[in-house]
Amino acid sequence: MSDTPVAEMTFEQAMAELEGVVGQLERGDVPLDQSITLYERGAALKAHCETKLKEAEEKVAAITLNKDGEPTGTTPVEGM
Amino acid sequence: MSDLIEDAAPGQNAPEFTVSEISGAVKKTIENAFGRIRVRGEVGRVFKARSGHLYYDVKDDNNVLACTTWKGQAARLSVVPEEGLEVIVTGKLTAFGAQSKYNMNVDEVEVAGEGALMAMLEKRKKALAAEGLFAPERKQPLPYLPEIIGVITSPSGAVIRDILHRLRDRFPRKVLIWPVAVQGAACAPEVARAIEGFNRLTPGGALPRPDLLIVARGGGSIEDLWGFNEEIVVRAAAASQIPLISAVGHETDTTLIDFASDQRAPTPTAAAELAVPVRLELLAWVEQQGARLSQGTTRGLGQRSQRLADLSRALPHPQTLTQTARQRLDLWGERLDPALISATRAKRLALSEAAASLRPSALRRTIQTAKDRLDDRASRLQPETLARENTRRKQALDQLSARLVQSGETRNRRLRDRLEGLERMRQTLGYTETLRRGYAVVRSGDAVLTSKSEAEKAGSLEIEFQDGRMAIGGAPRKKKAATPPPEQGSLL
Repeated sequence: MSDTPVAEMTFEQAMAELEGVVGQLERGDVPLDQSITLYERGAALKAHCETKLKEAEEKVAAITLNKDGEPTGTTPVEGM
Repeated sequence: MSDLIEDAAPGQNAPEFTVSEISGAVKKTIENAFGRIRVRGEVGRVFKARSGHLYYDVKDDNNVLACTTWKGQAARLSVVPEEGLEVIVTGKLTAFGAQSKYNMNVDEVEVAGEGALMAMLEKRKKALAAEGLFAPERKQPLPYLPEIIGVITSPSGAVIRDILHRLRDRFPRKVLIWPVAVQGAACAPEVARAIEGFNRLTPGGALPRPDLLIVARGGGSIEDLWGFNEEIVVRAAAASQIPLISAVGHETDTTLIDFASDQRAPTPTAAAELAVPVRLELLAWVEQQGARLSQGTTRGLGQRSQRLADLSRALPHPQTLTQTARQRLDLWGERLDPALISATRAKRLALSEAAASLRPSALRRTIQTAKDRLDDRASRLQPETLARENTRRKQALDQLSARLVQSGETRNRRLRDRLEGLERMRQTLGYTETLRRGYAVVRSGDAVLTSKSEAEKAGSLEIEFQDGRMAIGGAPRKKKAATPPPEQGSLL
């Protein structure tokens, strides 16, 4: 179990840790008091993963360039 | 007037030009006669001037054509001429009057034929690989779920649409498109600039920095895709700090950027698939993990309760634990007293049996026997025997000593008598006795003289009488001169 706060984790980190937590609980070799902590951690990780997955939204923009080819900003791209 | 005079040279009706006039006329003739042409040949030496202009030769077996490409034109060339490359150059013939030379101003260079192009590609690939740009250890892993994806491609066309579609199906993300030309001379510099530009963005800045890049282009001829073989593109892709997927052309097309990218996708759609996981699958996975989490915890608790119940059932009554022990204690405790009594009785019996046979008279008899033996031995041990033996030996010694002295004296006397006899005989025979009777000894030096002839030769004589010696005549005795040592022959 890492010490990283769940809210700061990337999806991948949260995913890997959730997998580990579930595996540990399923093996059943964790002391009782620790298994409660693990369960809570697992629930938080799951919620974090779900949030990350539900956050998914498409937003497409094209970079605008000046005549020297330097980026100046973006314009939304729609209908593709 | 001057024209008239010059024209009036005798016997000449050919027109006369100044150098500049003829140069100008030649230049005009060459430019007009050929117009815009294409020339095929092998690139000879190439010289890039500091001004940015390119000077190079295009040659065949017998002839050489000097070519120039001005700085502005050079930037737009789709292929930069390299020595040994078979090319077709396009441009206009012109003349350079200052050196009396003609040359071709080239504004387009193509590689002549696919074979030449592939050879050039192979050479370039080897050079870049030797620099380590394609090394596997340079490859960065792709992020599992990128937040922002930067796509470098043409903003219009099927490619970006395919990518966006596939992303939408799998996992909608934020996408930043950096528009570039995907073929022609502008392609390579623009793509390289886009890769570098994305890398320069700061995370969380006004323009957010992507955490994954896709460089994409649809299928085309090798010439169409050529920009993605250019060194600046390959170098930019290799240097990219942001993981980069290349998806150029169809599955069968491979361009050099594919070797430098962190991952090569066969098509733009495949690039989108490499870029993001499938969201619905992940949601299902998370659900499943959630279920397993609850099940695991519940089962863990359930197993523990069950085990606790089982154990409590199996825990025996405390009295039953001590019953057996108590029973044994009672049993042995009762046997303790009788055992002690009977043990004491047995010992006492043994003691009295042993004591019965133990009487002082028996011991006394044994002592008496030993004492008798001692006395017997002691009586046989008498000093007189030893003393007698000593006296006898001493007498023998005295006798022997007396005989030794006696025999020593007898021997001495006999020897002395014999010595005296011999002395007397010596005196009788010796010449000194003869001297008493009136004889004398004549000597010369140490030698005794026994004849007259010897005495005559001798220088001096010495006569010994009974009562002393006397010298007669001659010089006193001389020391004999030392005889010189025998001459040793000198080597020199």
